[in-house]
Amino acid sequence: MAVSLAHYLAVAAILFTIGVFGIFVNRKNVIIILMSIELILLAVNINFVAFSAYLNDIQGQIMAMFVLTVAAAEAAVGLAILVTFFRNRGDIAVDDASVMKG
Amino acid sequence: MLQGIAFYLLAAVAVVSALLVVTAKNPVHSVLWLILAFFSSAGLFVLLGAEFLAMLLVVVYVGAVAVLFLFVVMMLDVDFVKLREGYARYLPLAAIVAAVLLAEMIVISLTVASGGAAADAVGPVAATADQSNVEAIGRVLYTDYVYFFQAAGIVLLIAMIGAIVLTLRHKPNIKRQNIARQVGRDAKTAMEVKSVTTGAGVTPEDLI
Repeated sequence: MAVSLAHYLAVAAILFTIGVFGIFVNRKNVIIILMSIELILLAVNINFVAFSAYLNDIQGQIMAMFVLTVAAAEAAVGLAILVTFFRNRGDIAVDDASVMKG
Repeated sequence: MLQGIAFYLLAAVAVVSALLVVTAKNPVHSVLWLILAFFSSAGLFVLLGAEFLAMLLVVVYVGAVAVLFLFVVMMLDVDFVKLREGYARYLPLAAIVAAVLLAEMIVISLTVASGGAAADAVGPVAATADQSNVEAIGRVLYTDYVYFFQAAGIVLLIAMIGAIVLTLRHKPNIKRQNIARQVGRDAKTAMEVKSVTTGAGVTPEDLI
């Protein structure tokens, strides 16, 4: 019952797929899409940390930290755009977002 | 043995809660499931010997990002039933794409994990006796990656400024404090003596 690197990679792959699946099925709900992106980044982080631990190389964890930073920044800006969009239109349906194009 | 049980438990909780994030009807529940998924992933990180990143995940994601999501979801007055309209229509296509993607990624993962340097790995290398995980990260982060570290700080600063600029709004008809005007007041302009005729009373127009 030893846990190998492949186990962690499989978990990360499943989480990544669930994130992509979430973006596909919740095409109108921006909030769920943002949460799916967070799930995808979490899967990437699990991959980084798993490789880092099994290859005994700390740099993977450094990279995971940077991914975490960018994910936090992305969530903040994404939610700010969402709030502004909601203020202007009174709705957050992504279909209407096409009016923003030049 | 114990590690295996912990791994399967945490992995199962993470996967199930991630599934519930994208399928829950109420977005507030989605956020709560997201928090659970992050917690279980933090547990997986601890199993891998990355204690610092695990705590970072709990603090940054659960403490900041998930709470931010929760605030936004609860503040926006949106009809979430309407947003789920296309759900059933997109489900088959999404399932097919997800299945193909998952199959590909599992095959690649197995290939990578069974060949090259990863094949020789005996197990997750936890902190060595003379150096903890935090110390090991610090030694690399503040030397080899110091410029990237600074760049990460700039990214966060720009994100903060961007979020503030995007959401800041000046309503035109709100009374605001104008300190220059407030300090520049004197008795001549601040007060005015009006003569009121006896017995006539005062109308609002007289007061302006």
